[in-house]
Amino acid sequence: MSDVMIEARDLVKRYDDVVALDKVSMSVRKGEVLGFLGPNGAGKSTTMRILTCFTAPTEGTATVNGCDVQEDSLGARTSMGYLPEANPLYPDLLVLEYLQFVAEIRSIPKDEARKRIKTIVEQTGLGNVYAKQIRSLSKGYRQRVGLAQALIHQPPILILDEPMSGLDPNQAVEIRDLIKDIGRERTVILSTHNLAEVQVACDRVLIISHGRIVADDTPDGLRERAGKARFLVTLQQSGNGKAKSSFEALGGVERVRALEAESGEERYELLPKGSEDLRSSIFRAAVDNDLTLLGLSREGQNLEQIFRELTVEESQASSGGDRAAAAS
Amino acid sequence: MHKTLTIARREFVAYFNGPAAYIVICLFLVLMGIFFWNPFFLVNRATVRQMFDMMSVLLLPTAPALTMGLLAEEKRTGTVEVLLTMPLRDTEVVIGKYLGAVGLLVILLVSTLPYPISVSSLGHLDWGPVMASYLAVFLLGSTMLAIGILTSSWTENQLIAFFTAGIICFALWIANRFLPFVPQGLADLLEWICFDYHFMSMLRGVIDSRDVLYFLSVIALSLALAFRSLESRRWR
Repeated sequence: MSDVMIEARDLVKRYDDVVALDKVSMSVRKGEVLGFLGPNGAGKSTTMRILTCFTAPTEGTATVNGCDVQEDSLGARTSMGYLPEANPLYPDLLVLEYLQFVAEIRSIPKDEARKRIKTIVEQTGLGNVYAKQIRSLSKGYRQRVGLAQALIHQPPILILDEPMSGLDPNQAVEIRDLIKDIGRERTVILSTHNLAEVQVACDRVLIISHGRIVADDTPDGLRERAGKARFLVTLQQSGNGKAKSSFEALGGVERVRALEAESGEERYELLPKGSEDLRSSIFRAAVDNDLTLLGLSREGQNLEQIFRELTVEESQASSGGDRAAAAS
Repeated sequence: MHKTLTIARREFVAYFNGPAAYIVICLFLVLMGIFFWNPFFLVNRATVRQMFDMMSVLLLPTAPALTMGLLAEEKRTGTVEVLLTMPLRDTEVVIGKYLGAVGLLVILLVSTLPYPISVSSLGHLDWGPVMASYLAVFLLGSTMLAIGILTSSWTENQLIAFFTAGIICFALWIANRFLPFVPQGLADLLEWICFDYHFMSMLRGVIDSRDVLYFLSVIALSLALAFRSLESRRWR
């Protein structure tokens, strides 16, 4: 067998007439920490629920550690630890009781379970609260209990749905470091909408938007894209529609995108192929094409902008583009 | 089997972790006390027959109260997602939770034992029918619990689960009062479906396997439907 631990092929999930997932495919190799990034409602949780066998896909297949999530869901579930979104726990149990309960359900023999619980309590820093009722714990500690629950059977695969959301920055950093630590010898999928977390903790990033995967890259790759400059051009409205095509014709321009503009103006965003400064050639192109240049600037892009571009602005921009096309 | 018992134990203990078990047991015993001793001295016979009639009525609100949270609450808080993504069969979850509730029913019935014991000290009590009646109440209660866990699997709202189970149990309990108003063929069926028909014959001390089978079938059917309802989340 290869070292692919999680493989999803063309997952589609429809709720009545809402499409939550639209042909999502991915594969995660052994030892990889995969960041699953996307705005709320993009389909992160749905994908994770399918992988953890909580719901079934409408179409498509997924295998986890070689077990099909439909055909052999018990086998798949055995090799996974899962921390659902919002980390639901039984408030009436003591931390210790909860971990014992999970260990029993996971069929860990009693003696072994005692040892494991000891290790896991140490590892997750639950030492001074394990005899407390879960309802009395702070959110940070609850998150640790959730992680301990997911780790107690030492699964080769961990699926964590927004493990750091709702924590204060200090707690978030602690949990993130913990996950990084845990992830050294495991395959981890971790979903979040926080880019900084992904940069620190993950080897690879999938960005999902409107049920589709829109980017699959390393954090470095994303940062490289983020490091590229972009050029913002503001023109007086010409009405001849030549602006976009003339910029596209420029050497060194990878993509031109129309942005929203105030009335009487047109705004474009130009992404360069390399790292050269295109300002002078943009100016000359404007003059040559009889366009009145009102503004021209070079901006660095950060991860947030790329994320927005891939998840939010894409749908808006494409509909805006359609409108522009219809108008011309 | 081992996992089923783990879940059963967890549910059983959970009743005592909160006030639920204490409230239910206290209320049950207080009401029993009020309604049992009053007619007892009027009848002036060493019998606990009224006690079991009383119990069947008290179980109507009690059983749904015990089961309403079993699945509904897990769905509302989301813990069901942790539970069902562990290597557990849905049947193990349903049966485990059911057994936990049945465990509390047993505690409830055992806590009424002082009644027949004190009656037997007052006069000669025939323990045969008493034991048969205990079996009858146990089967009736277990059936109501199974219906309760079914309605709990339909909703995230404990109150809805409670009232739906209460209504179903009440309907099955009272349906034979309407026998004179329905056509003959239907009347037989209605009578057979009713709790009372099977319960009363057992209270008389006659343990007919058909009556036992009736209760066991309703339990099996309810649990099977609850299992299907839980499983439906994984239908394509």
